[in-house]
Amino acid sequence: MRQFDFSLAAIMIGTAMLATGVFVLPAWILSMVVTIIAKALVVISVVILMRAGLVSFGQGLYYCIGGYAVGLGGPWLNVTDMFALLGLAALAGLVSGAVLGVLMCRYREIFFAMFSLALAMILYGVLSQSQALGSTDGFNVSRPTVLGMMLATGQVRTVIYLTACLLGGGVAALIHVFFKSEMGYASQAASENEIRLQYLGASPNRVFYGNYVLASVAASLGGALLALNYGHVGPDMAYWTQSGEFIFIALVGGTGNVIAALIGAGVFEAVRTYALEWAPDAWQLILGTVLVLIVSFMPNGLWTLVRSLRPGTRRRTAIENTL
Amino acid sequence: MKTKAKPFSLTMLSLLTATAFLAAPTAAGAQEPLKIALVSFYSGPVSGPVGIPSRNGADLIIEAINAGTLPAPYSGAGVGGRQIESIYVDEAVDPVSEYRNAVQRQGVDAVVGYASSGSCLGVAPVAEELQTLTLLYYCGSVRTFEEGPKEYVFRTMNTQDVENIGAARYVLDTMKDVKSISGINQNYGWGQESWRDFSKSLQQLKPDITIKTELFPKFLSGQYGAEVTALSRNKADIIHSSFWGGDLDAFILQASPRNLLKNQTAVLTTGGTALQSLAKHIPDGTIIGVRGSGGVLAPKSDFNDWFRSEYEKKYGEVVTFPAYYMAQAVLALKAAGDIAAQKSGNSPSVDDIRTALRGISFETPAGTVAMDRHNGHQASTEIAYGTFKLQDGKPTLENVKRYAPECVIAPEGTNSLDWIEAGFPGAVCN
Amino acid sequence: MSLLLAIVIDGLIYASWLFIIASGLSLIYGVMRVLNMAHGSFYAIGAYVTASLVSWYFNHSTLPAYGSFVLMFLAAPAVGIVLGVLVERGVLRFLIERGELITVLVTFGLLLMFEDIIKLIWGVQSYYAFEPYGLLGSTDIGGLTFVNYDLAMIGVAAVVAVVLWWALNRTRFGKLLRAVIYDRELAVSIGINVSRVFVMTFATGVALGALAGGLVAPSITVTPGLGIEVIVLAFAVVVTGGLGSIQGALLGAVMIGLARAAAVNVYPELELFVIYAVMATVLVFRPRGLFALATSRKI
Repeated sequence: MRQFDFSLAAIMIGTAMLATGVFVLPAWILSMVVTIIAKALVVISVVILMRAGLVSFGQGLYYCIGGYAVGLGGPWLNVTDMFALLGLAALAGLVSGAVLGVLMCRYREIFFAMFSLALAMILYGVLSQSQALGSTDGFNVSRPTVLGMMLATGQVRTVIYLTACLLGGGVAALIHVFFKSEMGYASQAASENEIRLQYLGASPNRVFYGNYVLASVAASLGGALLALNYGHVGPDMAYWTQSGEFIFIALVGGTGNVIAALIGAGVFEAVRTYALEWAPDAWQLILGTVLVLIVSFMPNGLWTLVRSLRPGTRRRTAIENTL
Repeated sequence: MKTKAKPFSLTMLSLLTATAFLAAPTAAGAQEPLKIALVSFYSGPVSGPVGIPSRNGADLIIEAINAGTLPAPYSGAGVGGRQIESIYVDEAVDPVSEYRNAVQRQGVDAVVGYASSGSCLGVAPVAEELQTLTLLYYCGSVRTFEEGPKEYVFRTMNTQDVENIGAARYVLDTMKDVKSISGINQNYGWGQESWRDFSKSLQQLKPDITIKTELFPKFLSGQYGAEVTALSRNKADIIHSSFWGGDLDAFILQASPRNLLKNQTAVLTTGGTALQSLAKHIPDGTIIGVRGSGGVLAPKSDFNDWFRSEYEKKYGEVVTFPAYYMAQAVLALKAAGDIAAQKSGNSPSVDDIRTALRGISFETPAGTVAMDRHNGHQASTEIAYGTFKLQDGKPTLENVKRYAPECVIAPEGTNSLDWIEAGFPGAVCN
Repeated sequence: MSLLLAIVIDGLIYASWLFIIASGLSLIYGVMRVLNMAHGSFYAIGAYVTASLVSWYFNHSTLPAYGSFVLMFLAAPAVGIVLGVLVERGVLRFLIERGELITVLVTFGLLLMFEDIIKLIWGVQSYYAFEPYGLLGSTDIGGLTFVNYDLAMIGVAAVVAVVLWWALNRTRFGKLLRAVIYDRELAVSIGINVSRVFVMTFATGVALGALAGGLVAPSITVTPGLGIEVIVLAFAVVVTGGLGSIQGALLGAVMIGLARAAAVNVYPELELFVIYAVMATVLVFRPRGLFALATSRKI
C-alpha cells in the first residue's frame, strides 16, 4: 500500500494558507515572504545538487541569469507579461544549464564547487564591465503587465505574491516527487558510489546532468521571482558570497526535504533582518554563531526538529539522510 | 499607498487638534517626533572611511537640532519644532528590502542615506511607491534622476560627474600644457563612470590629449604592484584616480616609494580622506578633491569652525568629508521643516517638509547648498580642488579653486553625459 | 624596462604573497581534509595584530627600526598558532568526522563570527603600519623603481617553500604528516597520534595565513573586510595547484601571479577574469589540479 505522502500534503496545505495571507498580512511581510520563496527556490536547487553529492558554490550564476532575463525581457524582447517573463527566465536557465552542464558534470567534489564558483564570478565580471547593463549598479526592472493588463502597483504586488505562493508550492511539490522518483533515488545513490550505480545499470553522468539542469531551472525561477519583487537586479546576484548564502540556508534548513528549504530561508531572512535591527554592529556575529550551533548540534538542519515532532517516525539511518 | 491605515475617528481627532493650534503660530507642547532612518554602510570595508563618519556627522547635527544649539542661521529646537528620532539601518544587507522594512515595519517618516549607487538606484522606485520622503546623501550616480523624475526622492549632494568635470577644469587651469593622461579606477560603476566623465571632459576641453593607460583593478584588491609598474612604464602627465578608502591608502602607500606620484601628477578626486594619515607619502603637487566642498576644502565660515570643533570634541578625531554630507542631508530637513512651520504656523507634516524641500537653498558647514536641479530635487553646490603641499610637516592645500555650479553642472533639463559630449554648452566659468 | 621583465617581477611579487596564504590552506586541506574558509579571517587578524603592534612600536618605543621586522615575524604567527589551537581544539575537533561539507560550513560560520569579533576589538577605522615598508629602501631595475620590501617578499616565500618541503620530506614529523595525508584510517591504526597531528597542522596553517596578513600590512591600510577578498584568491591557487600539495600551491601561485601581471600590463580588461581563466584552464586538462594527491577509489 502506498504510504500517505505527508510532505506533499503539507506543501499543498502550506501553499493554500500562505496564499490566503494576502488578505491579512501587512505589506512588508508579504514582500518578505516573496523574497523568502525566491531564495528558497535557489536553495532547492542547491539541495537537488547536494543530494547528488555535488556542492555548487555558483548557483548565483543561474539566479543572476533568471533575474537579468526578467529585467531585460522588456527592453530587449518587448516581453512585459509577468508570466511570460517567468517562462523566459526558466528557458534561459534551461538553455544555459544544458550547455554548461556538459562541462560541469565531469567534475566532482571540491572541483565542481570551485568550477561553479569560477563560472559565477566570470558572469559577475562580464556584467560588471558592461556599461550598457548598468555595470555594478545594475538596473531597475519595470513593472510587468499581467495577462496583457497594466495594473496598479498594489494589485501587481498582490499578483506577484500569489504567483510566488503558487510557484513555490508547485516547484516544491514537483521536486519532492522528483526526489521520490527513480531518478531521485538514483541521484542519492550516485552521491554515495558512482561505480555501484554503474553496475546497477544507470548512467551516473546522465543522472548528474539531469540534476544539474533541473537545478539551473529552479535557480533561474528564483532569480526571476526576486527581480519581479525587488524591482532591481545587479551583478551582485552572481557574486560568490551570495551563493555561499544559499548553501548556508540549505544546511540550516536541512537537505532531507524540500519543505526544509523554505523553512531554512524563512528562518534565515527573519534572523538576519531582526539581527540587523537589534544589533546593527554585530549581525554577522549572530548569524555566524547561529550557523555554527545549528551545524554542530543539528547536522541535518532544522528539519530534524520537524521530523522529531511527527509521532511514530522511525529514526532514519545515516544512509537515508542525504549527507 | 502607505499601508498604515488610520481609523476615521483618529483622523477627526487629529484634524480637530490641528485646527485648535492654528491660532498659535509657534506650536508648543507635545509634537510628534520625526522618525528618520539613517542608512549607510555600518559593516564591511566601506564602514570605516564612509559609513561611520557619516553616521557621526549626522548624529552630531541631530543632537544639535534637538537641543536647539545649531549656530546661525538656524534657530529653534527640532525640525519645525519636531524632535528627531533616528534609527540606524545597515546598507550592507539587501538595501531595498531593508528600506521597505524601515518604512513599513518600523514606521519611519523619512529616510536619509545610501552611499552606494546601486542602492540609490534600487531604493528610488520603492520610495516613490511607498511615498516616503527619501534624501540620498552620498551616492554619485546620475541615473537616479536622469532615468525619470521623482516626487519623493531628493539628493543633497552633487553627482559624481560634477567632481570629474571639476577635476578636468582644475587640471587645465593648473597644467595648461597637459598632453597625456592615465587612469586607475576601481572596476565598478563608480570607478568606470568617474574615468569616463573625466577623460571625456578633458578631451572636450583640449582635444589633443592622448590616453596612455586605463586600469580598472578589482574593487578592494589592495595590491597594486603590477598596476604601478604598468603606469610607470607608460608615463603620462596626469594620473586620474577616484580610489577611496582602503584602496586609496594602499595605492598611495605602494606608489609613493616607487616615485610614481612624483614623476606623474595624480588627481585624486576623493583624496581628502588620506590627507591626515598619509601626508608624508603624498608628494607635493598632487591634486586633491573632496567630492564637493566639504572636509578640508570647506570654505571658511563660523558654521564650519563650529562643526569641526564639535566633531573633534565628540569623537576625538578630525572630521572627514563623508560626515559633512550626511550632516547636510539632515540640515536640509531642518531648513525645510523650519520654513514649513513658519508658513503654516504649526508643526510640519512630512509632506509639508517635502514640499518645502523643493528648490530650497540652505547653509551647511560645506557652504550653501541649492536644490535647483531636476525640478528642485537635486542639489548643486560648488566643487573645490586644491594642490597638496607639505608645509612644516603639515599637509596643506594651496592653489584652491572653487568652481561654481554654472561651470560644472549640466543645466536643468540636460543629461550630464550629453552635456559633456556636446562640449558644455552654456557653461559659465571664470 | 622591457615588458617581459616587468611581468616577471610583478608576477613573482604577487605570487609570493599568494603562496604564503595558499600554502597554509593547502596544508590544512591536505592533512585534515578541512577547507578552511576562515583562513581569510586569520589573514585579517594577522594584519590587524601586526598593524597595531607596529604602530605602537614606532610611536611609543625607541627601539631600533629594524626590530619591527622581528616583531612582525614573531607576532603574527604566534597569534596564528594560538588561534589555530583554540579553533581546532574548541570547534573543529568535534566536527571533522562529519565530513568535508560540515567543516566547510563551520569554518564559513567562523568567518562571519570573526568579521564582527575583529570589528569589536579593532573598530572600523583604518590601521596604518607603513614604517617597515620603506625601511629596506628601493631598487632601480631597468628604469623602474621597486620597493625592496616587495622583492624581499619573494625571498620570504622561497624560504617558506623550502622549509615546508624540508619539513614534509626530511623530518620524522613530515613522514607522519604524509602518512595521514594518504590514508587517515590506516595512520590511526598504526599508532600515529592523528589528533595531535591535526592540531599542529592546523596551527601551522593558520600561522602561515596570519603571517601573510602580517607581511602585507605595511603596504596597505588594514580595514574591515580584508579577509573576505583574499579567500577566493587563495582557493583559486590551491585548487589550481591541487589540494594538499605544497608544490602545487607554489606552481599555482606563480602561474596566477604571472598571468595577472601580464593582464595588467598588456590587456587590463582581462584582469578580473584571468585568475578564474587560469584555474578553469588547468581544471579542464587536469581535473584535480596540477599536483593532485593520489586517492584510492573505494568501491
